[in-house]
Formats: sequence, structure tokens, C-alpha cells
Amino acid sequence: MKTPDQTTRFLQETGGLARFAGRVFTEGLRPPFELSEFLRQCYLIGNKSLPLVGTTAFIMGLVLTIQLRPALLSYGVESELPYIVADAIIREIGPVITGLIFAGKIGSGIGAELGSMNVTEQIDAMEVSGTNPFRYLVVTRVLAATLMLPLLVLLADAISITGSFIGINIKGVMSVGLFMDEIFQYLDFTDVFPPLIKTFFFGFSVGIVGCYKGYTSSKGTEGVGRSANASVVIASMLIFLIDLIAVQITDLLGFN
Amino acid sequence: MDMKSENINNNADAPVIRIRDLSIAFGSHVVLDGFDMTLARGEDLVVLGKSGSGKSVLIKCIIGLLMPDRGSIQVLDEEVTEMDHPALDRMRARVGFLFQSNALYDSMTVRENLEFPLRRHWIKLSQGEVDDMVMEALGNVGLAETVDLMPSELSGGMRKRIALARTLILKPEIILYDEPTTGLDPITSRGISDLMVEIADKYKTSSVIISHDMRCVERTSERIIMLIDGKCFRTGTYTELSRSDDPAIIPFFQ
Repeated sequence: MKTPDQTTRFLQETGGLARFAGRVFTEGLRPPFELSEFLRQCYLIGNKSLPLVGTTAFIMGLVLTIQLRPALLSYGVESELPYIVADAIIREIGPVITGLIFAGKIGSGIGAELGSMNVTEQIDAMEVSGTNPFRYLVVTRVLAATLMLPLLVLLADAISITGSFIGINIKGVMSVGLFMDEIFQYLDFTDVFPPLIKTFFFGFSVGIVGCYKGYTSSKGTEGVGRSANASVVIASMLIFLIDLIAVQITDLLGFN
Repeated sequence: MDMKSENINNNADAPVIRIRDLSIAFGSHVVLDGFDMTLARGEDLVVLGKSGSGKSVLIKCIIGLLMPDRGSIQVLDEEVTEMDHPALDRMRARVGFLFQSNALYDSMTVRENLEFPLRRHWIKLSQGEVDDMVMEALGNVGLAETVDLMPSELSGGMRKRIALARTLILKPEIILYDEPTTGLDPITSRGISDLMVEIADKYKTSSVIISHDMRCVERTSERIIMLIDGKCFRTGTYTELSRSDDPAIIPFFQ
């Protein structure tokens, strides 16, 4: 059972995170905009995650195909394999797995970076150097994470589907043309766009939690470690929570 | 170069910092409780007090990083507690702050570290002017050869010097030093103290120095303020205070 202290801390953290997120919108919408730092963060955040996201996506597509094949074979619907794998990847596996990797790689990185900047007074140094550190450090990273994750998910989907194609051709033979035909015969707008929209929220969660935990980390090296760790844990939980809400909404709207 | 300071009164005799009745508390912990202080133009003032007595809080209030609960802080004839962000930025372009942990940006080279305040405060500078100012500031601390190194490649003393160069690059009228020699060996510490005196002489800056290092205090101070129980307990020169028979002062000079 939770003690009142833990409950109070949880509510304070939630309130603090909500206010922090609100500040991103109020400060982010007002000039001056830190465009060059935002572009630099987009490059760093997107580029840093690419190898890990690409490798994982390829393996997921390949493994999923190999594991689903016997089940579909027993029902005699092996030809549906490309579509079933592609749909699972695009709707769920691509966004969630990429989101979790993104939280592990980028969320922890942001938490640790801002945490150590906080501990070593670099954030204060920015403030006395005529810079709004919230805009320079937080708004740019949150925006970059929000915009880069959907792009990474699209790329991960494509790499997974490539992995799936290779998986099919390990045990059988299927041409690229037929493989793509099988996928696009059934795949439509409702398969692609609702999952893509939720990835913006995934990216925002990873960025905001990492920045919040880093920016408000307690002093000392232990505080930095805790910020990095909490960034990953909270962002991962939020990804599943958003996923749960998103599936209810798409279901209500009849997109499933 | 847009100094943005034409409208500020530069009366040569007026104190550059005037603090009255400054009070700040964190929760129930009262840190400063009616603290008063003035800093004359060109003066080097040391604030001496125990750890946790509120010295760092004091200089963070002066630069506007912390807002006091009560009291007045006038820096270069402007009230810090009433400043908006642009006014704070204008004031901070004239007041340098040397952080205890140096606060060098890990992800930037020495050059980028030094360029950062220049680019953020004065956007109308050519690359040539920026380069000249960077090299002049590095030359002042004797580390011109480190311009393209990363902070992680420098020793503790070198990092402190680079941090000082970054503070100097805006040619501040006042420099606030937060424990400038903490964590340095006695020889390096002596070098930093000498550099502080050199800079004060060369640029005619006024300084507020927070320090525990009595050798640094002796070397750099023209006047000392004893910060005890959140108040200005006593003020005097190093010699005067070192001869004091007050039991609250004696331990600092033993």
C-alpha cells in the first residue's frame, strides 16, 4: 500500500510535469526562436537513434515473420503473411518498440545531459549569458523529439517490412512485387495515420519527461543518475498509457 | 557594438552595488535576514562566512538568478528586484559571474564557450571581431593555445582560467566570484588569486568575492564583510578583522 508521502510526491511530480509541459507551449510559441539549436537537436536526436532503431526494426520484422509463418500455414493463409506482419508493424510494433528505444536512448540522454548541466551550474551560466535556458535547452529538445520520433517510426516501419520480406524468402520464394501487392491490397489510410499521430505524443512524452527530470534534478551525481533513470521509466510508462488511450479513441472512431 | 547602456547613470562616486535589508528563506530556513552591503566602484570586496551561511545565495540574488523575499538590490543604479528579462540581460552584460564549478559548457570547445555570451548579448559582431575578443580574453588568462580544446581536456586550474576568460570577454564593470579557488591546489590557487588582482587593476573592475580560502581572501580583499546569521556582522580590512577578539570572527583567521 502506498504511504501518503508517496501519493503526495506522485501528485507533486504530476503537477510539476504538467506545468513544465504548459511552459513549453507558452515559451515555445513566443519569439525569439532558437532555430539553429532546434535544427542541431533534430540532427542529433534523429541521427543518434538511427542505428539502434534500424537494427531493432529489421530484427522485429524478420522474427515476427518467421514466428507467424507456421500458424498461418496451418490455417492455409500463408499468402496473407506480408499484410498481417506489415499491419502489426505499422499499427503497433513499429511505434511502440521505436518509442521505447527512443525513450531509452534519447530520454535518458536528455535527462542525464540537462541533469549534469544543472548540477554544474551550466544552466545558470546560460541564464547570465543573456539566454533563456528553458527556450534554448528545453523547448528545442522537446520539439525535436516530437518531430523526430514519427520520422524514425516511418523509417523503422519500412526497415521492418524489409526484414519481413527477407524472412518470407528464407523459407519460401516471393517476389518484391507480389510482397508489396499483398501488403497494399489491404492496407489503407486507417492503418497508417492513427498510429503515426500517436507517435507525435510518444515523442513529446520522451522529450518532456527527459527535460523535466534533468532540468529539475537534485544536486549531486546521484541526482543526475536518478534523472536519467526516471526519464526512461516514466517515458516508457507514458508510451504504454498513450497507446492504450489511442487505441480506445481509434476504436471509438471506427478506425480499427 | 551595441552596449545598450547609454541610459544608465555612471556616476563615478556612487556605489556600484547597494543592498538594503535583503532577506530570503527557503521554506522555514532563513538564509539572509536583513543583509546590508555596498560595493564602491573599483573596490574588491570579500564576503566571508561559514558554509551554508548564504554567501552564494547573496551573489545569485545580485545577478538576478534568485529573487529575494524582501529588500532592495541596486546594481549600477538599477533595482534588480524590479527588472524584467531584457533589463536583467542588459545588467548581466555588465556584471560577470564566475561560477564555483566553472560552468563551462561540456559540449562546446573553449572557443565556442567564450563566443557564447558574446553572441547571445551582442548579436551585431563580425566573425573577425568575435575572434579578436576571444583571443584577447584567452590571452589575459595565459591560455591562448587552448582555444580549440574541449573543457574535458583541461586541468582544474585551466578550466577555472577559461571560465574567468569567459566572464571577462564582455568586459564587465563588476565581477562576482563564487569560491574562485575551491578545489584547486595551493599553487594554482595562488595563480588564480594573482590573476584576479591583475584583472581588477587592468580593467578597473569592482569585485565581490565569496571565498573560504584565507590566502585568497588576504591576497584579493580590500575590505571584508562577515556574513553571520544572515546579516552583515562586521566589516573591515583583512588586517583589522584578523586582529579582532570577537569569538565569532576569530575562527576564520586562525
